[in-house]
Amino acid sequence: MTQIHTSSPPQAEPRPIVSLDHVTKRFPGVVANERVSFDLWPGEVHVLLGENGAGKSTLVGMLSGLQLPDEGGVLIDGREVRIASPARALELGIGTVFQHSMLVPSLSVVDNMALGGKWWSRPDRDGVARRMAAVCADIGVTIDPHAKVGSLSLGEQQQVEIVRALMRGSRVLILDEATAMLTPKGAEDLGALMGRLTKLGIAVVFITHKLNEALAFGHRITVLRLGRKVGEIAPERLAALGPAAATAEIVRLMFGAGVATDETAPAPRRGRRAGAPLLEIEALAVDDPSVPVAGINLSVSPGEIVGLAGIDGNGQKQFAEALAGQRRLAAGHIRLGGEAIERLDVGGRRQRGLRYVTDDRLGEGTVGSFPISLNLLLKQVGEAPFWRHGLEQSDAIATHARRLVSEFDVRTPGIETAIGKLSGGNIQKALLARELSGAARAVIFAKPTYGLDVQNIRATRQRIREAAEQGLAVILISTDLEEVLELSDRVAVMSRGHIVGVVDNDADARSRVGELMSGVTA
Amino acid sequence: MSALFTQAFLTSLVLGALTAGIPLMLAGLGEQISEKAGVLNIGIEGMMLFGAYLGFLVAYHTGSVWLGFLGGGVGGLMVAAPMALFCIRMGLSQIVIGIALTLGAEGLTALLHHFQFAQSYPRLPAVETLAIPGLSSIPVIGPALFDRPPIVYLAVLAVAVTAYVFRRTQFGLALQAAGDKPAALDAAGVDVVRVRTVAVLTTGFLAGIGGAFISQIGAGIFVPFMTNGAGFIGIVLAMQARGRPFWVLCGALLFGACLSATTALQVAGVSIPTDIIQMLPFAAVLTVLVLFGRRASLPPALGTHYVRGAR
Repeated sequence: MTQIHTSSPPQAEPRPIVSLDHVTKRFPGVVANERVSFDLWPGEVHVLLGENGAGKSTLVGMLSGLQLPDEGGVLIDGREVRIASPARALELGIGTVFQHSMLVPSLSVVDNMALGGKWWSRPDRDGVARRMAAVCADIGVTIDPHAKVGSLSLGEQQQVEIVRALMRGSRVLILDEATAMLTPKGAEDLGALMGRLTKLGIAVVFITHKLNEALAFGHRITVLRLGRKVGEIAPERLAALGPAAATAEIVRLMFGAGVATDETAPAPRRGRRAGAPLLEIEALAVDDPSVPVAGINLSVSPGEIVGLAGIDGNGQKQFAEALAGQRRLAAGHIRLGGEAIERLDVGGRRQRGLRYVTDDRLGEGTVGSFPISLNLLLKQVGEAPFWRHGLEQSDAIATHARRLVSEFDVRTPGIETAIGKLSGGNIQKALLARELSGAARAVIFAKPTYGLDVQNIRATRQRIREAAEQGLAVILISTDLEEVLELSDRVAVMSRGHIVGVVDNDADARSRVGELMSGVTA
Repeated sequence: MSALFTQAFLTSLVLGALTAGIPLMLAGLGEQISEKAGVLNIGIEGMMLFGAYLGFLVAYHTGSVWLGFLGGGVGGLMVAAPMALFCIRMGLSQIVIGIALTLGAEGLTALLHHFQFAQSYPRLPAVETLAIPGLSSIPVIGPALFDRPPIVYLAVLAVAVTAYVFRRTQFGLALQAAGDKPAALDAAGVDVVRVRTVAVLTTGFLAGIGGAFISQIGAGIFVPFMTNGAGFIGIVLAMQARGRPFWVLCGALLFGACLSATTALQVAGVSIPTDIIQMLPFAAVLTVLVLFGRRASLPPALGTHYVRGAR
């Protein structure tokens, strides 16, 4: 282990430490990065911003040695290099802190850092602790070197990984979705730490999909979208713009305002609100260590689609699960057709007509190895007429399955096929069939088109529209702003666990939603 | 009742606890090393039995106790090597392979023993003891603890050595990491497969010596299936000891005392049915599990095959 110490800030260099020069990376069927250029300057926090699937991880993978570019080159201090492994990246001074901790929880901090010497040698605990104390003092963190890693908070564990990377001589530090698992306070601390690191001349790459963090912690912001770099805001420009204008600019880059929508898509529906609200949510709160959700008020009329927009990870999942009965409410009321349902379990809520189409299709939505016929009844196991006295009624189950498969156009070799063998689009159709059939009155769709191809996206959106036309109250959770604007009557925006605003879906909905999403006006 | 606790009875109880406890301790210590590295070594019963067989065979033919123990260790290694190959290199199920190896060792040793000795059960001469001057003249525990074959002292020394390796060497850290977060160990540049292989082979060697102890010192003969679940008790010990070698020693002596109480109580002529007395050690295992089972902590990666890059 080479120990390069980073005590004195180096002189500002005229060239970037690391450059990605028009790199392209393809995976089977996808171009993850297309001719992306990316410069990393000393003493800067360079934020890499983009939605899930925008190509952030791939880009970072090429810096940290997990992937090699298919085209284009990587330059360090102006010299072309090949980063073939994480070990090579570390040699070149690029340290990565991955989203999931790479520390051994049952070992102490020093033991984690000492790991990897000759088998029968004694770990140099005192030496490591001394070097660690020096680095800690430089960057202004306090870590007890003899504490067990497992007893530290996630934020502290990240600090340990950052210190370890610096002890190994990293000049470039990549923080991959570093705030995703942190509490708000932990995220703030990390932001402050990044600031201190840059003062030492270290270059930080901070990957996030949270706009507010990008603005708060970043000096330079690069926005990726669908594998392409759609914009870069340099430090001078970022400072000149001010938070509000910068936000507007980034929202435009991330979500592509004014991009012509699919011409064949029907015009946005509006003004269908009629009658008393069917689904009413009042002061709903959910305890969650990463995104506590609080004060959610929302009501949906029959036949209305309320879109819930927001950048992923702002409490949408927690909210949806609490609504469906899969999570405990900390406070609040849910009424369906006037009846309070917040004390009912999942089955009770389903019986009264509340349905939840999860985004986790293969995890919580279906049992992959079960046949389609059973998956279509997964939430009704044991109920008549499909089960009598605890025995399966195969005829009733088969009839039910055949009817839904044809009604919802699930393309499958047969109703006994294991559902895990179907494509994502067909699994989604089966899920929709299960949730929309029977006595449904209100439906929550969580990212219903995530990961589907164009055809299935269109089919799914059509189903959502039909559901509303049949008089169901619909909540549509989506991180795809286009989708929300295409389908919804009203748009609620969720940010950091709160609904920060509800707007009617009219001509200037896009810009208002964008402002709300950034969290600046919250 | 007071007549029960004569000096002779107590001496035989402590002596029995040690004789029955040492093999359990070696098995538990070995198992602990495997488990620390993330390998659930169910084949340990087979390793002990093969060690018991080979140890006896070598001692019988050479007349050397030391060569017998070496043979026992090699016997354990012979069962541990396929375990390392199948489970650690090839990633097959540790449970299935472990059971297969134990059953295989049971069948093979019974068969070989039958061919070699038919129905005769030749006896080994009594093993010479090494009296530690001074300590061995303490009443009751002196003759029981400090006038024993040298292998007993070495076995207890192995506990201290293991504790030292766990706490004070890089290999100890590597073992811990291999069982807790192998990906972190890999990232630190240590070969997870090598660490686990060494752990399993060490387990085999220690368990084999434990088996040889049973045949050479405990019984003086080899009888098919003679380990009689000692390896499994070793697994329980390792789980209860939560990574601490000295706890294995204490637990092993406790179980050993239960086992030896069955003999001691019968010798003392207590009027309890023999069947009940013989249940004692297993009742002790159950009691310990009920009382402390919840607090047993196992490494997160236990029983899983490590594949680089898979999360």
